[in-house]
Amino acid sequence: MAAEGIGARVLRKEDKRFITGNGRYTDDMTMPRMGYAAFVRSTHAHARIKSINTDEAMKMPGVDAVLNGHQLVADGIGNIICGWMIHSKDGSPMNMGAYRALESETVRFVGQAIAVVVADTLQQARDAAEAVIVDYEELPTVVDSLDALKDGAPQLHPEAAGNLIYDWEIGEEAATNEAFANAAHITQMDLDNNRLVPNPMEPRSALAHFDPSEEHYTLYTTSQNPHVARLVLSAFYNVAPENKLRVVAPDVGGGFGSKIFIYPEEIACLWATKRVGRPVKWTSDRTEAFLTDAHGRDHHTTAELALDANNKITGFRVKTVANLGAYMSLFSSSVPTYLYATLLSGQYNIPNIYANVKAVYTNTAPVDAYRGAGRPEATYVVERMMETAAKEVGMAPAEFRRLNFVREFPHQTPVIMAYDAGDYEASLDQAMNAIDYNGFAQRRAQSEAAGKLRGIGMSCYIEACGIAPSQAVGSLGAGVGLWESAEVRVNAVGTIEVLTGSHSHGQGHETTFAQLVSDRLGLPTDSISIVHGDTDKVQMGMGTYGSRSGAVGMSAISKALDKVEAKAKKIAAHLMEASEGDITIENGELKVAGTDKKLSFTEVSLAAYTAHNLPEGMEPGLKEGAFYDPTNFTFPAGCYICEVEVDPDTGVVSIENFVAADDFGTIINPMIVEGQVHGGLVQGIGQAMLEHTQYDEDGQLLTASYMDYAMPRADNVPSFKLETTVTECPGNPLGMKGCGEAGAIGSPPAVINAITDALGIRDMTMPASPNRVWQLIQDNGMKQAAE
Amino acid sequence: MYETKYHRASTVSDAAAMLKNADDGKLLSGGQTLIPTMKQRLAAPSDLIDLRHIDEISGITKQADGSIRIGAATCHADVAGNADVRAALPGLADLAGHIGDPHVRHMGTLGGSIANNDPAADYPAALLALGATIETNKREFTAKDFFTGMFETALDEDEIVTAVVFPAASHTAYVKFPNPASRYAMAGVFVAKTGSGARVAVTGAGQNGVFRMPDMEKALDGNWSADAVASMAPAVDDMLSDMHGTAAYRANLVTVMAKRAVAAAA
Repeated sequence: MAAEGIGARVLRKEDKRFITGNGRYTDDMTMPRMGYAAFVRSTHAHARIKSINTDEAMKMPGVDAVLNGHQLVADGIGNIICGWMIHSKDGSPMNMGAYRALESETVRFVGQAIAVVVADTLQQARDAAEAVIVDYEELPTVVDSLDALKDGAPQLHPEAAGNLIYDWEIGEEAATNEAFANAAHITQMDLDNNRLVPNPMEPRSALAHFDPSEEHYTLYTTSQNPHVARLVLSAFYNVAPENKLRVVAPDVGGGFGSKIFIYPEEIACLWATKRVGRPVKWTSDRTEAFLTDAHGRDHHTTAELALDANNKITGFRVKTVANLGAYMSLFSSSVPTYLYATLLSGQYNIPNIYANVKAVYTNTAPVDAYRGAGRPEATYVVERMMETAAKEVGMAPAEFRRLNFVREFPHQTPVIMAYDAGDYEASLDQAMNAIDYNGFAQRRAQSEAAGKLRGIGMSCYIEACGIAPSQAVGSLGAGVGLWESAEVRVNAVGTIEVLTGSHSHGQGHETTFAQLVSDRLGLPTDSISIVHGDTDKVQMGMGTYGSRSGAVGMSAISKALDKVEAKAKKIAAHLMEASEGDITIENGELKVAGTDKKLSFTEVSLAAYTAHNLPEGMEPGLKEGAFYDPTNFTFPAGCYICEVEVDPDTGVVSIENFVAADDFGTIINPMIVEGQVHGGLVQGIGQAMLEHTQYDEDGQLLTASYMDYAMPRADNVPSFKLETTVTECPGNPLGMKGCGEAGAIGSPPAVINAITDALGIRDMTMPASPNRVWQLIQDNGMKQAAE
Repeated sequence: MYETKYHRASTVSDAAAMLKNADDGKLLSGGQTLIPTMKQRLAAPSDLIDLRHIDEISGITKQADGSIRIGAATCHADVAGNADVRAALPGLADLAGHIGDPHVRHMGTLGGSIANNDPAADYPAALLALGATIETNKREFTAKDFFTGMFETALDEDEIVTAVVFPAASHTAYVKFPNPASRYAMAGVFVAKTGSGARVAVTGAGQNGVFRMPDMEKALDGNWSADAVASMAPAVDDMLSDMHGTAAYRANLVTVMAKRAVAAAA
C-alpha cells in the first residue's frame, strides 16, 4: 500500500477550507447589480387561486419585478418532470399531475411557490412578497396516504383519479399466495415508515446570471448533480440549450438526496434573471427548507411472512402505500418501487415474493429520495418481520436469520436483484462478538436490578448501491443512464487533475479520489487535484447519490488511469529503449523490470508535452477520459446490533451499545468510511427515536422548525463500535460496494427491535419518543394486569 | 426581520424614557427569544431599547441576610458560575447552567427570561419555589404575584425588571425533562427547603404557566424524601397537551422530576 494509497487513513484535503471558514458556497457568491429573490408561497394546503394582486408590491422600494405562473407558462417554461416512468400492474403509465415552478391556479401544499419578487435587497424582496395579496378559495385537504385513497377523499389532480399515481406490483402473486396457503406459520405486521425532513446543514440556494452578449446563462446552485440539472433545465424546462447554460455546484453543505432534484426556485431564478436583466439570487431560510425540500419515507405497509414447518421462509407478501406528496419530484416514482421492493428479499433465501405498491398524492410537500431511498423502508419491513417471526416460532433471532441466509453466490432473488457476493454470517458473527451478545442476559439482569428495562435487537441489512447499469435501469423506466465519466489530465510537470462527474457535498472525494491516483501512480495526493461540480469543466456526469461515487465514479477514474498508464508506458519504453511490457510503475517512477533503468513520472509527462521524442505516430500530450457503466448494482450488507436501556418512569430510551459490522468491499479510506457510517447511523437513529414530520388535518406543517422537529444530537447517540468484513465486489475494477447510506438503512429496525425487546412487546411505531414508549409501558402493564 | 431602531440605554431611567418615546418599542436584554422572533418576522417592534449595558442592573451580590441579589441583566452563565450562588443555592446555579446551550447562556439574562415568562422557561420555577422578590424601576413583586399566565406577567408596559432577590434555603434542586426537539422543559421541578417550609414549583407542564404543588410541599414538610411525593401528581386536566407529550404524560413527569429533585437535594 502506498502511503496515501488505497486503505490509508489520509486526512481530508478539503477540511482545511471548511474548518477555517474558507469554503465557497452558493450563498457566498455575489455579482455586480445582483438582485434578491423572495417567493410568495401558499399559506393553504389546497386552494384555488382567485387572484394575485401585485399592485402594492410593485410600488415598494427597490422592487424590480413580481412574476407569477401565468407569465412563466406564457414564456414557455416547461412543467417539472419526473424522470422515471412507472407503469401500473394493468400496464398503464403513471398518472402525473402538472407541476409548475410557479403555480397561479391551484396550490396543493403549504409553501408551494406562487410568485417571485426580485428586488435590490433581500429585505425589500421579502417585504414586497408579503405585500402580494393572494385571494384563495379554500379546497378540502388530505394529508395521509391511506385517507387519500378512500372514496370521497379530496382530489388533487384531474390526471390522477382517486389520487392514485400508480398501482404497481413485482414478483409472482399466485406462487406467493400458494406458499401462504401451505404455510406452517404466518407472521403479519403493520409497519409504518415515518416521514422525514432531510435537513442538510446548508439550505438550498441559487444564483442565476444571464449574459445578453452571448445569450448565455450561468446557474450556481446547491446540487448533487449539476450535469443532470443542466440536462433537465435544457431539455424539459426550455430555459436554454445546453451549450448556452453553465451549471456550477460549488461547495455544497450536505444533500442526503434532497439536492438531487431540480426545484421550482432554481427554474424561477434562471427565468427571472433574463426578464429583469440582472443576476438573481435566492437562498432558502430554514422554514422554507422544512416546507419545500423534498421529504423522505412516509410508507404504510402490511407485510406477511410464510414459514414452513422447519421455519424456512417460503413466501413474503407486502402491500405498501407510499405518500409522494402533492407533486412528483424528479426521482420520486422510483423510490417506493425499484429502489424499495427489489430489496425485499433481504439477506434471505425467499423463494416467493410478491409486493404491491400504491403511490398517492396528498396535500403535503413532495417526497423523494432521502439517504437510502427505498432501501431503509425495505430493510425496516424485512428486519422487523424477521425479528418478530423468530420470536413467534420460538427461535433466537440470530439463529432464525442463519437458517434463512443466502449462502451461495450469485443469488437471483424473485425481485430482480442478483446478489453477486457476500458473507452474511460473517457479519452476524462479528457483530455478535463485538457487542458480547452472550453477556446480554447478565447486563439485562443488572438493569432490572436498577429498575430499568434492557433490550437487544438486530438488523441484517442488504442494500443496492453503485447505481446503476444503464441498460437495466432504462428497461425499468429510468429516463437517464447511470454511468459515470472521468478525465485524467496529466500536466507537463507531472501533477494531475482528475475531472469527475461525481459531486462531493461532504463525502470527501477530493481525498479518496486522489488516493486512488496515488495508489496507481505512486504520486503524493498533494500533487493530485479533483475537479468537479462545473459543467464548463467536466463534460458530463451523473452526480452523487445512491452510494455510487466510489463504485461507479472511481471505476471511471480507474479506467481513465488504465489509458494514462498505457500511454506513459509506451513513452517510457521508447525513451529507455525497452519493451513496453517490461515497464512497471512504482512510487512515481517508470522502471524497466530487471534493470536499474528508470524515468520519473514527471520526466515522462514532460516528454509527452515537449513531444521531441515520442514513438512514431503518437499524439503529444497525456490526457485520457473514460465512461464507466456498471454491469450490476453492488450489494453492501452487514449486521447492526443495538442494545438499549429504557427508563420506565419517563419512557426515555438510552442506547447503551451499538455495533455496526459492514461489508463495503474494498475501502479506500477507513477514516472517511467510519465518518459516513457514523453519520448514517445517527440519521437512522434519528428516524427511529426522534424525527417525525407532522401535518395537521388542514395540511399545515406542525414540525416546521427545530422547536418541534427533533433532530438527533451528540448526546442522543453512543460511541459506536464499527467493524468490517470484506467480500470484494466482482462487478467493478476496485471491488467497491459503497458506504454512504448503509448506516441510515440498517439502523432503524435494530433500534426498534431492541426497544420492543426491552418492553416485551411486538408492535411499535417510529419514532420511539419518550411519551410513546411510556404510553406503551402503561398500556402493556394494564394488559398484563388484566391477564 | 423588519426595520427597527436600536437604542442603547446607560441607565434604567434612560431606558424607561426611550421606551416611552417609542411608537411600539420593546426592551431588549439577551435577545434569545426576541431576536429569533423578529428574524422570523413574527415581531416587528419600531424601536429596540438595549438594557445590556446598564451597569446598575448587572451583577450578583450576597446580602447580609444570606439572600442572593441578581441584577436583571446578568446572563445565565454568570449565575451558573457564581461561587456565592453555587454555595447558597446550588439548585439555582444548576438551573442556570442547563438553560439552552452555551450561546444562550452567555447572552440570555434573568430579567429577560422572567419578563417573557415562557411557560417552558426554567427560571420561573426557581423564583416561585424560593419565594423570590422581583424588583422593578417602579416597585417590588412577589413571584406569586409576578407570573400571571403563559407569557404574561404583572409588569406594566413601561416597567423594567431591575433585579431578583432569592432568599436563602438550606436545600435546593432543579430537575427538568427536556422536550426532545427544543430542549425546553416539558416538566421542570424546583424543590427547596426554606425557612418557611418545603416548596415545590413546576414549570413547562401546566396550562397556565408555573405553579406550586401544595400537597407535595406538605408531604415534604413531614418527610423530606423522594418517597414522600411518589404518589402525588397534578391534575391531568391542568396539564399542557401537545405533539410532544400528552397531559397524562406531563402529569407523570411532574411526579418523576419531583422525586428526582428531592433526591438530588437530600
